Amino acid sequence: MTDKQSNPALRESATFGRDVIAEIQRAAETGIYDIRGWGAKRKVPHFDDLLFLGASMSRYPLEGYREKCGTDVTLGTRYAKKPIVIDTPVTIAGMSFGALSAQAKEALGRGASEVGTSTTTGDGGMTAEERGQSTKLVYQYLPSRYGMNPDDLRKADAIEIVLGQGAKPGGGGMLLGQKISDRVAQMRNLPMGIDQRSACRHPDWTGPDDLAIKIAELREITDWQVPIYIKVGATRTYYDVKLAVKAGADVVVLDGMQGGTAATQDVFIEHVGIPTMAAIPQAAQALQEMGVHREVQLIVSGGIRNGADVAKAIALGADAVAIGTAALIALGDNHPRYEEEYQKLGSAAGYYDDFQEGKCPAGISTQDPELSKRLDPVAAGKRLANYLRVITLEAQTLARACGKSHLHNLEPEDLVALNIEAAAMARVPLAGTNWIPGQQF
Amino acid sequence: MKTYDLSSDSLRELNQALHDADITASEREWRVANPNGAHNIACGLNDAISVDIDGHAGYYCAGMNQKANVTVHGNVGVGVAENMMSGMVHVKGDASQSAGATAHGGLLVVDGNASARCGISMKGVDIVVKGNIGPMSAFMGQSGCLVVCGDAGEALGDSIYEAHIYVKGSVTSLGADCIEKEMRQEHLDEVSDLLKRAGVETDPAAFKRYGSARQLYNFKVDNASAY
Ligand SMILES: Cc1cc2nc3c(=O)[nH]c(=O)nc-3n(C[C@H](O)[C@H](O)[C@H](O)COP(=O)(O)O)c2cc1C
Repeated sequence: MTDKQSNPALRESATFGRDVIAEIQRAAETGIYDIRGWGAKRKVPHFDDLLFLGASMSRYPLEGYREKCGTDVTLGTRYAKKPIVIDTPVTIAGMSFGALSAQAKEALGRGASEVGTSTTTGDGGMTAEERGQSTKLVYQYLPSRYGMNPDDLRKADAIEIVLGQGAKPGGGGMLLGQKISDRVAQMRNLPMGIDQRSACRHPDWTGPDDLAIKIAELREITDWQVPIYIKVGATRTYYDVKLAVKAGADVVVLDGMQGGTAATQDVFIEHVGIPTMAAIPQAAQALQEMGVHREVQLIVSGGIRNGADVAKAIALGADAVAIGTAALIALGDNHPRYEEEYQKLGSAAGYYDDFQEGKCPAGISTQDPELSKRLDPVAAGKRLANYLRVITLEAQTLARACGKSHLHNLEPEDLVALNIEAAAMARVPLAGTNWIPGQQF
Repeated sequence: MKTYDLSSDSLRELNQALHDADITASEREWRVANPNGAHNIACGLNDAISVDIDGHAGYYCAGMNQKANVTVHGNVGVGVAENMMSGMVHVKGDASQSAGATAHGGLLVVDGNASARCGISMKGVDIVVKGNIGPMSAFMGQSGCLVVCGDAGEALGDSIYEAHIYVKGSVTSLGADCIEKEMRQEHLDEVSDLLKRAGVETDPAAFKRYGSARQLYNFKVDNASAY
């Protein structure tokens, strides 16, 4: 699909491109919509469309590597007796055991713990490996409640109530039969080899007023010790954040449309939700209007790749970010060393997204014992730690350039946009102007 | 017997005391007076104590129960015994929606009726309802038994996995992939045992069994209209 046709007389249709044609042919042949992992692949306005205004005459920069630029974040200061303190604002997002191998989960725990950040369970419950290797573990409370039990709830350092994901706001999950090993089936209390549908709505509450009671229940059960997060996919973010705060959340986790997934319909991944960059200002506005910005912390995810993304998300109002896809890549996902095997699966290194098939050559998105064994949790954990350190340093570099002694001191005023779309979405001026589309001045 | 009066004591004090193994080691019997429909009463218990709630309780009463025996002398709100792991919860009155939702074990008995979504996503719990149950009950039920002495509402057992449903009265309609199944001896024994444990005297042979047709277990395009 990537090679250009050499005959210049052939003209590819912009509407019916070769990828579109291939998908129509695939649909016609199989009668099944395309399910895949990864996040949105289409181009949407993103952090790359923003630039920092470094300090010069009117602002005073900090000396790189010498003057301190703090990176720690405390999450859950609103109600929890034991808030979580992380040393870098980059956390590991919730990814299920089932979608990922036990080795991958362990590696995520190891890497995150090494740099003093948190990791998160996912659909399917908590495994001993990840609890054991994670010094700070967030326990997801999902609609399916697969593997949900109060003993694990009490072992968690925080609880994340999942309302939605950026890859599929309004959708449930699906773990296809081929990934259901004995252990996964047992943890979820289902027969082996069948497709496991995860509901899109919680079974015992509807709407924000019920959610407030649900949060109170979780707090009562855990004796008000640990923070309670609410995770939403980015859609009507301004309202969702207000309702989450009203329902009593300590932390709001906001996942933009680029956010990764283990298995979702392609049409859902590509066509539902709003870009991460567009969602953050809405969330920040909601928090500010309620007087709880920085008191109810905001964790942002969906397409975070490097320190610039981290710094820009924080400047727009986030307290921390979460990464999924980037963490898997750091572990070894899509690595060229497996090129041949990716080819055999009809994919290529850098393109592989069939997480739902359970055949991941890198041993990450699989339950196959032979494939899983390829991932050494210690070495992979080390790579993740390296990567987390790099992006933290990158974010610090940018913050110092803007004269900030802590990442949290970054602000929208430090940013400009490269194009009108980004200026409107991020609510920062178009570079070289003082024009923020949609705002009066 | 230790009594907490929710007209003067706070819910927090009550639940904290019920969670404290040092206290429950010696205090095995508890009474909650004047619950007045408060939410989250006696949730997260983790010891084989008994708790009597003298009146109506709100949402998530005895939520996530482990080992304890909780009796409500009144009605309960949404999600009674949700995600219960073990022990027993007995509601003397009626239960609102999502009774026993996602529960993994233990026994939930409702003397009156239970509303919509009774036993939704049940994962091993046994539920006996002496009256009727509302629509969408046992939706995506994975395992465990739901025994209904009265009638069941619409879409019973929709998208059910391996849970067993037994209904004595009428069923308004069955949900996707739920069918009536043969009542064999093992099922009669199962119902008989549950009725006994719930203190109901009825002939197990008067019940019909419903369960999964297992047609939606793996996605097939020909079934698309059933989803
Ligand atoms: C393999 C995989 C599994 C996931 N599983 C879950 C899950 O169980 N629960 C959840 O809330 N989000 C899940 N997510 C979404 C992530 O928590 C996160 O929102 C997303 O990956 C962030 O976007 P990014 O991948 O661009 O960093 C999963 C993502 C991936 C890639």
